[in-house]
Amino acid sequence: MYSEKVMDHFRNPRNVGIISDADGIGEVGNPRCGDIMKVYIKVKDNIIEDVKYETYGCASAIASSSIASELIKGKTLEEAWKITNKAVAEALDGLPPIKMHCSVLAEEAIHKAINDYRKSHNLELWEERTHAEVIKEHQCNN
Amino acid sequence: MKKSIYMDYAATTFVRQEVLDEILPYFKDYYSNPSSLYSFAEDSKKAIKLARQRVASVINSKEEEIYFTSGGSESDNWAIKGIAFANKDKGNHIITSQIEHHAVLNAAKFLEKNGFTVTYLPVDSDGFIKLEDLRNAITDKTILVSIMFANNEIGTIEPISEIGKLCKEKGVYFHTDAVQVVGHLPIDVESMNIDLLSMSGHKFYGPKGVGVLYVKKGVKIENLIHGGAQEKGKRASTENVPGIVGLGKAIEIAQSEQNFEIKRLTALRDKLIDGILNKVSNTKLNGPTGNLRLPNNVNISFLGVEGETLLFDLDDAGVFVSTGSACASGSLEPSHVLLSIGLSHELAHGSIRLTLGLNTTEEDVDYVLEILPKIIEKRRAMSPIWSEIVRKEEKISCTAKR
Repeated sequence: MYSEKVMDHFRNPRNVGIISDADGIGEVGNPRCGDIMKVYIKVKDNIIEDVKYETYGCASAIASSSIASELIKGKTLEEAWKITNKAVAEALDGLPPIKMHCSVLAEEAIHKAINDYRKSHNLELWEERTHAEVIKEHQCNN
Repeated sequence: MKKSIYMDYAATTFVRQEVLDEILPYFKDYYSNPSSLYSFAEDSKKAIKLARQRVASVINSKEEEIYFTSGGSESDNWAIKGIAFANKDKGNHIITSQIEHHAVLNAAKFLEKNGFTVTYLPVDSDGFIKLEDLRNAITDKTILVSIMFANNEIGTIEPISEIGKLCKEKGVYFHTDAVQVVGHLPIDVESMNIDLLSMSGHKFYGPKGVGVLYVKKGVKIENLIHGGAQEKGKRASTENVPGIVGLGKAIEIAQSEQNFEIKRLTALRDKLIDGILNKVSNTKLNGPTGNLRLPNNVNISFLGVEGETLLFDLDDAGVFVSTGSACASGSLEPSHVLLSIGLSHELAHGSIRLTLGLNTTEEDVDYVLEILPKIIEKRRAMSPIWSEIVRKEEKISCTAKR
């Protein structure tokens, strides 16, 4: 069902934890759906210096958070914002169609954390895509 | 060597050696089509007859009331659709429960699209239907009640004799999906007033792809599969002779070991349940306790952890379990059974089912009790739901200290 990469990140999730003095926090999902991701970022000179997360969810949710944390670490906020759910899924060597929403959650959690940082620094918020929009786009492309 | 502990016997069982030994000659030596007229076909005919006798003996039916099918799903579909279409002149109402197997629920939904009405009885927090609800639901349009003998996910054993008695009083056919029960608990279709009963060979150490529908003599039922004259013209298709032979042998052995296995598995089940509940906090046993639960069924929810995660972590440790129903594992929705007994989505998502069987030992149970708490601890440590619970508990503790 899952690629080796998914199972590797599920078994050995990278960057797990919380940042108590985080500059931005993004939380998405809900227990009703079976997935919650909470991403913490530490930003210095517009660069994501550190990233941690907590994830409740299935193997692909944990793997998506893990790979996403690696993808955004060391990136500028602009670069991190451009990392889409598709990039998350591709970095995991693909996800089953029914589990693509996990990669969408990872994208959303990053966007929320970045906008949380921008809000606390009185910067204009960047426009976030809704979960439904991303899922629809994915369905249309398949 | 890596451990390999199978705890998913409710999903399927292995074919035991004695069964396999009896099946094999029917692939290569006695391969005749039982419908053929020449003498060579007698071996196949006799083998089917023996299997029919064995099944009938175990459930206390007549031989001619046993019909071989391709498995539990076909048996359920045949019972429900067959009764509905054959008796629509009498009424168009069917009663079932909210926690049935999808083979029953989806057959009922199909009928709803075809002019029938269906009542889905609710269940209590342990998964039992209320007889009063059933009594109140039966109308003069009701033609069939289909209530499972025991639930495949949470092990609840329904009050089958009482349901059968009520259906008989009301003149309504009673079908029970006994897929999880046959070979594991005593069944008497006569004294329990069961009109139709489904079973599946691979749930009691027989082969996959073979099942039975018991149909009481005199019950009016339409065919599901039309074609040749096999099974007295009621179920077409060349008989799966090796499968039928295997089912017959498997049910006979299961019957002979039943009393011993009930006691042995009940003790292991209770040790596993008590051990998990004692060793891991914030857990919930789903389904009843004691004799009202299948002897081999354990279903527990763990707050703050998702079931699939536990399945894979246990798999890495060499233990094979399922999350809810194996049939639903391709779905993102939590189990309909767990939601029907009133679990929150959160708890329903965090449930695993461990089902025990012939090869399960006390050492296996001890091993699961050793590794499971560590797995839960590891995954809870990265769960935002769990850290929220811990923060709340710390807050309460600090407030109390002041």
